[in-house]
Amino acid sequence: MNTITQTAPTHADEHHHGPAKGIKRWIFTTNHKDIGTLYLWFAFIMFLVGGAMAMVIRAELFQPGLQIVEPHFFNQMTTVHGLIMVFGAVMPAFTGLANWMIPMMIGAPDMALPRMNNLSFWILPFAFLILLSSLFVEGGGPAFGWTFYAPLSTTYSGDSTALFVFAVHIMGISSIMGAINVVVTIWNMRAPGMTWMKMPLFVWTWFITAYLLIAVMPVLAGAVTMVLTDKYFGTSFFNAAGGGDPVMFQHIFWFFGHPEVYIMILPAFGIISTIVPTFSRKPLFGYSSMVYATASIAFLSFIVWAHHMFTTGMPVFAELFFMYCTMLISVPTGVKVFNWVATMWRGALSFEVPMMFSIAFIVLFTMGGFSGLMLAITPVDFQYHDTYFVVAHFHYVLVTGAIFSLIAATYYWLPKWTGVMYDIGLAKLHFWCSLISVNVLFFPMHFVGLAGMPRRIPDYSIQFANWNQIISLGGFAFGLSQLIFLALVIKACRKKGDPVPDKVWDGATGLEWEVKSPAPYHTFTTPPEIK
Amino acid sequence: MQTVSHAKLVTRLLAIVFGMFAFGFALVPLYDVFCDLTGINGRSVQRVDTQIQTLVDESRQVKIEFVTLDKTGMQTDFKPKVAYVEVHPGEMKEVAFTVNNLKGSAQLVQAIPSVSPGQASLYLNKTECFCFNQQSIAAQATTEFKLKFFIDKDLPEEIKVLTLAYTLYPLEQPVTTAQVL
Amino acid sequence: MGRQFSFILALFSFLHSSSIFANEAVGRSNLNLRAGVTDISHQVFDLHMTIFYICVAIGIVVFGAMFYAIIFHRKSKGVKAANFHESVKVEIAWTIVPVIILVVMAIPATKTLIAMEDPSESDLTILVTGSQWKWHYKYLDHDIEFYSLLATPSEQIQGKWLKGDTYLLEVDKPLILPTNKKIRFLMTSDDVIHSWWVPDFAVKKDANPGFINEAWTRINELGIYRGQCAELCGKDHGFMPVVVKAVSESEFNQWITDKKAEKAAAEAEEKRLLAMNMTKEDLMAEGESVYNGYCSACHQPNGMGLPGAFPALVGSAIVAGPAQDHIKIVLDGKNGTAMQAFAKQLTLKQIAAVVTYERNAWGINSGELIQPKDVHQLMQNQ
Repeated sequence: MNTITQTAPTHADEHHHGPAKGIKRWIFTTNHKDIGTLYLWFAFIMFLVGGAMAMVIRAELFQPGLQIVEPHFFNQMTTVHGLIMVFGAVMPAFTGLANWMIPMMIGAPDMALPRMNNLSFWILPFAFLILLSSLFVEGGGPAFGWTFYAPLSTTYSGDSTALFVFAVHIMGISSIMGAINVVVTIWNMRAPGMTWMKMPLFVWTWFITAYLLIAVMPVLAGAVTMVLTDKYFGTSFFNAAGGGDPVMFQHIFWFFGHPEVYIMILPAFGIISTIVPTFSRKPLFGYSSMVYATASIAFLSFIVWAHHMFTTGMPVFAELFFMYCTMLISVPTGVKVFNWVATMWRGALSFEVPMMFSIAFIVLFTMGGFSGLMLAITPVDFQYHDTYFVVAHFHYVLVTGAIFSLIAATYYWLPKWTGVMYDIGLAKLHFWCSLISVNVLFFPMHFVGLAGMPRRIPDYSIQFANWNQIISLGGFAFGLSQLIFLALVIKACRKKGDPVPDKVWDGATGLEWEVKSPAPYHTFTTPPEIK
Repeated sequence: MQTVSHAKLVTRLLAIVFGMFAFGFALVPLYDVFCDLTGINGRSVQRVDTQIQTLVDESRQVKIEFVTLDKTGMQTDFKPKVAYVEVHPGEMKEVAFTVNNLKGSAQLVQAIPSVSPGQASLYLNKTECFCFNQQSIAAQATTEFKLKFFIDKDLPEEIKVLTLAYTLYPLEQPVTTAQVL
Repeated sequence: MGRQFSFILALFSFLHSSSIFANEAVGRSNLNLRAGVTDISHQVFDLHMTIFYICVAIGIVVFGAMFYAIIFHRKSKGVKAANFHESVKVEIAWTIVPVIILVVMAIPATKTLIAMEDPSESDLTILVTGSQWKWHYKYLDHDIEFYSLLATPSEQIQGKWLKGDTYLLEVDKPLILPTNKKIRFLMTSDDVIHSWWVPDFAVKKDANPGFINEAWTRINELGIYRGQCAELCGKDHGFMPVVVKAVSESEFNQWITDKKAEKAAAEAEEKRLLAMNMTKEDLMAEGESVYNGYCSACHQPNGMGLPGAFPALVGSAIVAGPAQDHIKIVLDGKNGTAMQAFAKQLTLKQIAAVVTYERNAWGINSGELIQPKDVHQLMQNQ
């Protein structure tokens, strides 16, 4: 779509000094590519840590009865698994991609605020060290679910709650700084000629996501602060005895929480909208409607929060309002799916690994969308709410949605980052193992959920035994499959593979393919001109 | 293609951040407003200082059930004197609850009201209620709590029964040796 | 495409009827929602199936188109890519059509939701109170109340015994309800948020501490219906089932009469106990069963607690100190912690027994015996 002429001769880059040597390079770096790499590795490590916790959960649930862990520890596992995957894996991974790709996609030399960029990454490991260390405190870590509903997280929580609150604050500050950086970069650093409606969709979706982050992360900070003061300083925000209301916690939490789920999926839409046209060899269908759909999803995400709370007891008209608004979200989301299909329609399709993951994304994310639509219908939500049906739903949108898009993005841009083609055989193995195991893992959760298995329980009645066994096997297989990915990425980072041309994929468009492979330490120090 | 200076933009974005942090806390009073409008949780029982002269709607009767919940521990026995009353909308009614304090010391308590269905709370007007203030219950005696209320005649037709629950919370926990764990 | 659709329908109807996917013992499908035993639950089930089939149909159309492209529009087949990238007509169409489908879904959904809100007078009102980790039921019209505790023995949970058919879905005292009567539930909680759920009634409502919530049902069929707490409420969230036994009206009335007689007898027994002393064996046996039912979830069967979360009794200053303080904390609980007040949950005999047990089990052997009258006296003199 964007034809460019690189005005600066490439040797201009060579005058810049390269990265510093050793560990100092990583600690003091202000280079967007280095920081992107740090974010991505951090997210991957957290993905494996959170995944290990999921393995503990699935091992305990492999058969009825209590075998491996105590219920109290089980609750810590479900809580910390959720927190790590949301705040430690998915969000930093998208921030990492933003760091790597946004400057290259808009023809900027770096992020707008490089020193803040360094800071926003480096506080993140401390947040998670604090969170993980809370597991070793006497009484254990947070055990109230990642949604930390009061009063379970206030009056009835353990002493590690302060650590949890502190960790969430740091994560929040990190995300906010990252988001501010993204917004400023996109506003101010676009190359000449890169008008708003010429921006790649990944940049657009991230732009909107960054605004969502700026708007809702402070609300989360407020919520955890209230939990902290309720627990330790005698306030009564959520305590009925002092005139507060525990249901209010849920309103505040989900006012953050619902936009949060779109924070985790909008950049994924951007990635899929980049990859599908490449391998369809056809421009994205309905670019502008994609932008408008993203914006309207972001807007609607602020007025649907109470659909997480239908069973808390709401007046009928409020239930109807939130049901209708929630159903409405499926319209722009549907537009996106239709656009992707229309992009593929009459294209010249080929199925490289990023495309395989993207197609899997479209199908499986849409399935998550269907179950989401079902959950929106208030009367039936009374039956689905807090069952494994919900667990199935959000894992379809977050694992086969967000995570698959991240994997697709990695397979798409990894050759550009490393300069070598990764092991395609291994990648295909990773794809098929993941695809099959993820469905064995999450699809039967719909069944046990409908049949009545509540979520967040360490033990279940024997009627659910067969399915849970299958689910656990799928879980172990999916966990192991990700080790293939780890091996593949390490291999590629060690430059084991065939060198790739600058434009790795023949159908690809965008500025990032105009720079050399591997991408030099500094790119676009002189802005390219977009016609 | 710099349209605004970085500093200016960052300042604006930080203003949003701090604004939203404040908004998080502003949600607390906003929630009360929201409850007043919708009757969520039946918390927003209307408090009126004097009886507004409303016509009594004798064409229908509403049943009001009383539920008492006691979170003060064993020392008190908290009960409504009558399990329910039937009133015409607009009609002033006085009822009483009793608290029997078996303990050797007086206790300070606070009653928290809740009405179901929630939107009915918007039509329940209290002119006098023990829940307006903290109450002291004398040692080893029975204290009577008074409640004076009327139902607004605009109460939706379909609501025929409403439940008024009071949860009694202790305000000061007397320190005993048992507390020192 | 029609053939595909009927194939999927056939597949689903197979899964529906197939017995390997259902558990006969608890009368539940293992694949789908239950239609349940109330008019509302049937409506909910129908709504669920309608929306499910609509989703399946949309899925077939969208994925069908996508897989058609995947199969026929391949580069390897020598296809040359078209270059279209927008069409206002098509884009408007696929915005409008979903809206129409949503309206079609919203109509029955709204109807069902409004049917669920029925503020008319009920025949029976039950106050359901959740507490960590058991349910308490109070029949407001009959002055009957009791706790309903998990009845599955811990040996089954620990895997020492074979698990029964109703593993984790059985209680000592089920909620007894009459059929064909409008029953209203008022939900509240003693501590954290719980959620009372019986799938067969399509009733799930949160029990919020300090507030009441309302739900209702009208059961059409006799039977035993099982559900669970649906909101994470702490350590033993997975171990607080709901069991409802629906009986005929006459049977229900008989049960009420029996229950009242039982209550009177228990009160008489309580009075009798005040005048006598129980033996150590009786106290310890009773105490152990009370301990396992009410205390061991937190303080653990071995009295060691969970460090940092729930205090140990072995080595505790209260257990080692004067019996009075020990009885007091059991009676009053400890405000602001998970320690509940048991004065109203347990009888004098049970409190005496459990305190005796705690002061003599796990090698503590203080030799002290607490009698019901001691507890009674303490309650009087506080």
